[in-house]
Amino acid sequence: MKPGFLSKNPSVLWFLAILACFTLVITLLSHAYGPGVISTSMVKTLGKTLCLCLIAIAMDLVWGYTGILSLGHFAFFGLGGYMIGMWLMYERTRDIVLASAGDFPMTQQEVRDAIGTQIFGVVGGSDLPAIWTFAGSLPMQLLFVVLVPGLLALIFGWLAFRSRVTGVYLSILTQAMTLALSLYLFQNESGLRGNNGLSGLQNIPGLAADQDHSSVWFLWASAFALALGYVLSAAIVSGKFGSVIRGIRDDEARVRFLGYPVEGYKLFVFTLTAVIAAIAGALYYPQAGIINPGEMAPIASIYLAVWVAIGGRGRLYGAVMGAFFVSIVSSWFTGGRVPDLPLGFYTVKWVDWWQVLLGLSFVLVTLLAPKGLSGLVDLLAHIRSPRRGGTPMGPDQGSLQQEEARE
Amino acid sequence: MHKLFIWLAIAVMLACPVRAQDTSPQSGSVTSAPAPTGLGAILADNAQKIARPSRMTIGPVIDEIAASGPGASRFLQAWADKRVGLRESDDAVFIIKRVGQDYALSDPVTGEDAGTAPRSEIKEVKPNSGVRALIGAALVKFLLSDPDPSKRREALQAIERDGEASHLAPLRASIPDETDPKIKAEKQRLERLLTIRFGKESAERIAAIESFGSDTGLDLRGTLNPLVATRRSAFAGAPEGNVADELKPGRDISDAEAYALLVEAKMAPARISASEVQRALAAHVVNGQVGGLPLSEMSDPKAREQAYAALAKAGEVPQRLTDAEAQKLVEAHSYADIYAEPDPDVTAAAEAGLTRVSRQVSLMQGADLGLDALSLASIYFLAAIGLAITFGVMRVINMAHGEFITMGAYTGYVVQLFVPDKTLSVLVALPLAFAITFGAGVAMERLVIRYLYKRPLETLLASFGISIALQQLFKNIFGTQARPLTSPPWLEGALQFNDIVSISYIRIAIFVLALVFLALYLWVMRRTRLGLEVRAVTQNPSMAASMGINPDRINMLAFGFGSGIAGIAGVAIGLFAKVTSEMGQDYIVQSFMTVVVGGVGSIFGTLAGATLIGGLQKSIEWLNPSNTLAAQTYMILFIIIFIQFRPRGIIALKGRAAGD
Repeated sequence: MKPGFLSKNPSVLWFLAILACFTLVITLLSHAYGPGVISTSMVKTLGKTLCLCLIAIAMDLVWGYTGILSLGHFAFFGLGGYMIGMWLMYERTRDIVLASAGDFPMTQQEVRDAIGTQIFGVVGGSDLPAIWTFAGSLPMQLLFVVLVPGLLALIFGWLAFRSRVTGVYLSILTQAMTLALSLYLFQNESGLRGNNGLSGLQNIPGLAADQDHSSVWFLWASAFALALGYVLSAAIVSGKFGSVIRGIRDDEARVRFLGYPVEGYKLFVFTLTAVIAAIAGALYYPQAGIINPGEMAPIASIYLAVWVAIGGRGRLYGAVMGAFFVSIVSSWFTGGRVPDLPLGFYTVKWVDWWQVLLGLSFVLVTLLAPKGLSGLVDLLAHIRSPRRGGTPMGPDQGSLQQEEARE
Repeated sequence: MHKLFIWLAIAVMLACPVRAQDTSPQSGSVTSAPAPTGLGAILADNAQKIARPSRMTIGPVIDEIAASGPGASRFLQAWADKRVGLRESDDAVFIIKRVGQDYALSDPVTGEDAGTAPRSEIKEVKPNSGVRALIGAALVKFLLSDPDPSKRREALQAIERDGEASHLAPLRASIPDETDPKIKAEKQRLERLLTIRFGKESAERIAAIESFGSDTGLDLRGTLNPLVATRRSAFAGAPEGNVADELKPGRDISDAEAYALLVEAKMAPARISASEVQRALAAHVVNGQVGGLPLSEMSDPKAREQAYAALAKAGEVPQRLTDAEAQKLVEAHSYADIYAEPDPDVTAAAEAGLTRVSRQVSLMQGADLGLDALSLASIYFLAAIGLAITFGVMRVINMAHGEFITMGAYTGYVVQLFVPDKTLSVLVALPLAFAITFGAGVAMERLVIRYLYKRPLETLLASFGISIALQQLFKNIFGTQARPLTSPPWLEGALQFNDIVSISYIRIAIFVLALVFLALYLWVMRRTRLGLEVRAVTQNPSMAASMGINPDRINMLAFGFGSGIAGIAGVAIGLFAKVTSEMGQDYIVQSFMTVVVGGVGSIFGTLAGATLIGGLQKSIEWLNPSNTLAAQTYMILFIIIFIQFRPRGIIALKGRAAGD
């Protein structure tokens, strides 16, 4: 009998159970459905963190499993946020315009003009650019959440993979793409309000609930998306497809010589993860309330790589652990809630020194613990990986090594 | 202004003792005066005309005075400044000055002191502005041929700023006698400019325009531009005046613009705008109905028009022109741009002249752009040359390279805190920055990089961790605001070729520095033992090791060398850019682009990459000067596409050196 999906992926059940418990506990402790031990802003932070876990899974798929270190996935995340943000902002502004219009009914043109003035007043414009044509329609914008980043990733990936750009070159190229995109969005001419970005996204048009409730609902939505993303990714990496992409990661040329269309596999993974990232972004920014091009700067994508590396590459739960742990610790440190550390001659204020700590611990993880946090799971489960070390026994890279041969 | 005060003070001081001596009323001075000749005679003859001048009649008198010889300019100046008075008793003309309650008098011809007089005896002469203009024109002649060259130059500058038709004749008259060749040339140029503006014959104006050829002076453009200025207006029949361009509604101008022109020319009534219609309708809501239509239908523009028409029919709101009627009105008229200058030959010559000038200006701008691009390219090259070693030769992705640049710049800043002399401090900072970043690079290589040579992607990440730690460390030490790194005084200013083409000395210095580094790199890599060993180790570490080279040591030194160069680049970049903890970030992506586009492993590739990127960025900026962000965006897009076609860069390594 062939082993079932769950028996091949024991982590899925565990993960879903932990996620469900987490969501349930937060819900029962929130302002909306419980005693209010956890503040609404904390619920929002946790909801956002779940979205970050989702994009970390995407990053793990593309980097940990396929070996493409993309420094551009936060750009897709941001694009998804922009697409949903356009609808949120448009609808909300329309509500405001209609509410302040008085009794005399407005023509459609007048409504559009008034919305344009409201939204683009800050950048000195009043016309709605062409890209806002469908901003009034939720289904269209939801479609764009998937389509725009997906198409961008498809085109970019096709161009990059067909010319066999690999390794660090590809990383730099994706970083350049991210930089270009964020610089483009920084311009007022881009039609997305330049460096002001889109704001007021936390108010969901047509939703009567207060922030207490809506934040919990978004937490549920984020948890649901994360669960779906996890199961989907687990399904992808566990089958034959997963073997092929891991093969590509380990030795691309050999996989190609075995007859697999390497470029097609890479393009599929790259585009799929871009779409997952965009969905995560579309869930993230309504909780954050504001999006601006600064969020898509290349550094954000590198942080994404940091999370996945700290969590442990090549394991889906590692990515989730890394993203969750680092972003929670990070918001704990930068929130100024960590007590200062007096050294006598100098007091370490963690708000200032947290980045230094993060950077150095990142270096240490890369050097000493390539498995990251998920190595802890290995310890618990008594899994020991073969030791690779000592002198290589052959002339090539990747040849059998002394320690390895001993086992 | 200051001069005026000083003169005033001196005059007052001189006047005071005079007043103390002359306590008795002066009486004999007039009778004892010599019989007047020249200016004195003219003044005596025309005293009444001078006292009550009118613009119509005073011209000949001014001309006479101007021609009268010594003292004329002083008198005219005083007259224009309202410092001339007439003694009531005998109509004698004096130059006067208020001293307390009295006037101090001086002789108009000789300028000698002529005693004082109480206010009641003197009638001040106050010429009106028209007369003062005539006097001013006469004065120009004196100033233009003043013996003092600086005065002549001042007069020329005054005319250049604010020329008038009346200046032309005296300017022309002063040219033949001009002795200073420089001022003469200036006068001739100004004469031609004034001729263009105020010449009487169109032939001489056209000749003057053509005499300039493709001169790019701002003064010429300032003279020609008003000649070709146009005004847009509507006409009932064919356009009148010096027509620049006939406009057809719907093709050259929109119908709405044409209608606005009609309204401006009072050929059509102003239209009632859509918002006025909306307000009028909102004001006439009766029982939820407007003009017989329900209020809820008012979101439809057609229903609004219908309702408004109904209201207008009932006489409750003013009639509104329908679109068709407005269109008819627009079509019934003609529209044109009319030159303010009436002479068509002159405007044609001016247009032709401006075209020549603008062609020349574009050429110059092209040259200026080339210089700009060159300097940007040398900045990129300088930022990237360290990477050419660490990334290009050693294949180590060092994301902290930008922070080494910052480190160099901060070194320069700290040195300047201790060494106040700017030249010396920069000379100290350059080697010190090299030493410090060399040390930092060696430390980084020993502690981190050497464990990751086989895992390039992880090098990228680990060095990125170092990068964020260093960046925050800089913030903690130096704060977030920009720190000054001042260049030596001899690097300030710019080398000015003409009005358009210029390059600042600091950019020249950076260009030179880039060349020096290119030479240094080539020398180290190709002529020294270190370079040889570095190349050997990067090509095949085990083989190099078996030849007696210590790969660890070589890697350490090469990495330190690349980092040290980044530090020096940091000092140079800090001299013209702001020194902040994030300055390295601005260069890191571009630097990698430079190396990748140029071709990894080849220093001339890096040079070509820097030139390509710098030139490209400047040319895109030139197409859209308001938007440097767009330039960067399109440049990166270009690079991404460029790499599609030449994945190994402009200069691709071949054979064994290519590594794979």
